[in-house]
Amino acid sequence: MLQRVSEPAPTLPADPGALAVALEATGYLPDEGLATAAYLALAMHRPLFLEGEAGVGKTALAQAMAQVTGRPIYRLQCYEGLEASQALYDWDFGRQLLHLRAAEAAHAHEDTDKLEASLYDRRFLLARPLLQALEDSPSVLLVDEIDRADDEFEAFLLEVLSDFTISIPELGTVRAQTPPLVVLTSNRTREVHDALKRRCLYHWLQHPDFDREVAILRRRLPQVTERLAREVARATATLRTLDLLKPPGVAEAMDWATALHTLGARHLDPDLAARTLGAVLKYREDTDRVRALAGGTLFGG
Amino acid sequence: MAEPPTGTAPRDVVDTLLGFARTLRSAGVPASPDRVEAMLEALGILRVLDPRDVYWAGRLTLCGGPDDLDRYDCAFAAWFAGEMPRAVPATAQRRPELAVSAPLDPGPGAGEDSDGPDLATRAGADEVLRHRDVGDMTPAEREHLRRLFALLVPASPMRPARRRRPSSGGSVHPARTVRQALHDGGEVRRLLHRRPQARPRRVVLLVDVSGSMTPYADALLRFAHAAVRARPGSTEVFTIGTRLTRVTRELRLRDPDKALAASGSAIPDWSGGTRLGEVLKAFLDRWGQRGTARGAVVVLCSDGWERGDAALLGEQMTRLRRLAHTVVWVNPHKGRTGYEPLTAGMRAALPSVDHFVSGHSMAAFEELTGVIGRA
Repeated sequence: MLQRVSEPAPTLPADPGALAVALEATGYLPDEGLATAAYLALAMHRPLFLEGEAGVGKTALAQAMAQVTGRPIYRLQCYEGLEASQALYDWDFGRQLLHLRAAEAAHAHEDTDKLEASLYDRRFLLARPLLQALEDSPSVLLVDEIDRADDEFEAFLLEVLSDFTISIPELGTVRAQTPPLVVLTSNRTREVHDALKRRCLYHWLQHPDFDREVAILRRRLPQVTERLAREVARATATLRTLDLLKPPGVAEAMDWATALHTLGARHLDPDLAARTLGAVLKYREDTDRVRALAGGTLFGG
Repeated sequence: MAEPPTGTAPRDVVDTLLGFARTLRSAGVPASPDRVEAMLEALGILRVLDPRDVYWAGRLTLCGGPDDLDRYDCAFAAWFAGEMPRAVPATAQRRPELAVSAPLDPGPGAGEDSDGPDLATRAGADEVLRHRDVGDMTPAEREHLRRLFALLVPASPMRPARRRRPSSGGSVHPARTVRQALHDGGEVRRLLHRRPQARPRRVVLLVDVSGSMTPYADALLRFAHAAVRARPGSTEVFTIGTRLTRVTRELRLRDPDKALAASGSAIPDWSGGTRLGEVLKAFLDRWGQRGTARGAVVVLCSDGWERGDAALLGEQMTRLRRLAHTVVWVNPHKGRTGYEPLTAGMRAALPSVDHFVSGHSMAAFEELTGVIGRA
């Protein structure tokens, strides 16, 4: 979860263009809108709310931003039933009990107030991602798939994101010296509440255009030939126009190119394409449909 | 992209943007004052004279969903090209004709109010009314029926949740037990337990508002309103006709008449044709598969008149069946004696339907709440 970057934190990019260049250096190729969004999120200390199809690079952006800014990244994966004790902090009850027993055995603490205070020490506190991100400031906080959490959790998150403080009754208030760069992602399985969205910069991520997708494939998979990359990008773009149940994203295109390369392909030949279709299509109906549409014309070089 | 009007008369930036925000709001983008403030802040960081920067600063701060993006693009092009904001938004024009009573009007010869019995003085009228077909009622009877909707108590289906709650029985809750022990000076005096919680299952209502459903659409939307008011967090309502419209937000208004008027103005295809298959596909693509229909009780209220391809409807129904927990089809015509599902659309859909119920009278709606509640 924690990725420490050893070199000293670089200065923040001066404008969206500079940020785009810095992101490209890490292997993430943003378009103009995304670079502007990320830049504003850094400069305005506002959370960035990213929505879009699965596999367009929402999570990857947070990781790339952590690399660019040299900050550690903390990831909170949301799921139904996520509670504050899993997102903020929890007391390590086992260790507290042990401490209590040890103190009793040694008759170390006659003073009960002192004993109680020593029970609620920072070392017995288990920090969860939100608290970690505030304590280890400046940092990048990735709240992944917020749409999967319950709406009660949303309200709670809103509270934390509005002033970047967490108060722990037994210890006091933890405040981030520099607000963390917060990236929230959503797959839109559920409408996220307006109150939360209003506080964020909103960006809808789309599938990249052809040239950008080729560039991404070339950058991420240097072993794949240029021709294969172009043909995979073209075929993936065609697949996206076919009205499939799950149109392939960039992640699927990369999987597909990797699969083809592993099988020794230098270019996209129809036979290999048909055999590796499982890397890019995830529904039987989609596979049937694409097979029926004459694979030769679809994947012809 | 259009140039902002900087070269000609240098208008004040704030005024320009406030005007732009007004244009956006009339186009249906929720550009609230705090969002506009955020845009001004963003522009303070970017270059205010660069049209691309202005475009992105506004889009990132003023929009709240993918539906807003097209509207934003149009409004941006129009405003910064110097055009006046579109004077009358499309929705405002429709409001008068879509007042609550409009879809109810059974057509010519309906104004014979005096022929109907005086409901206020008739004993047991409610009971009789409960079993009357909504489609055959006089306006006065309908008016009375509307009040009965307030008495409808929609039960909500439950599903086991991941989260567990403290309980007197069930598995041991270690954290609570130890916390209690800390309280008692480190002695574990008794074990505390927890057991799985139940949470309301999502209910999705798809209401057909096409021409053939006109006599029932108002009653069905009132039913939907009662359901949304009872469980605002776990109920979604869409209308289907020639296109798909989400009316959940409009139906959350407390007053049923206001809620219906609001959703009426949101529905662009009231009393139009039906393309069930296509619209159902649009629902599944945009909402259903992403999660709205997953594990939900999906209630389709339609007579099954399909103008498009019945095969597509059948295909989409199978898809819906795989996603949803239960599929309920409400057909108002089913209440008529001698009804048989003969329309092509109905025949294509029925194999994927778990419960096929009628929805033509108040009694039928009460039965429907039972079906949904037990699902």
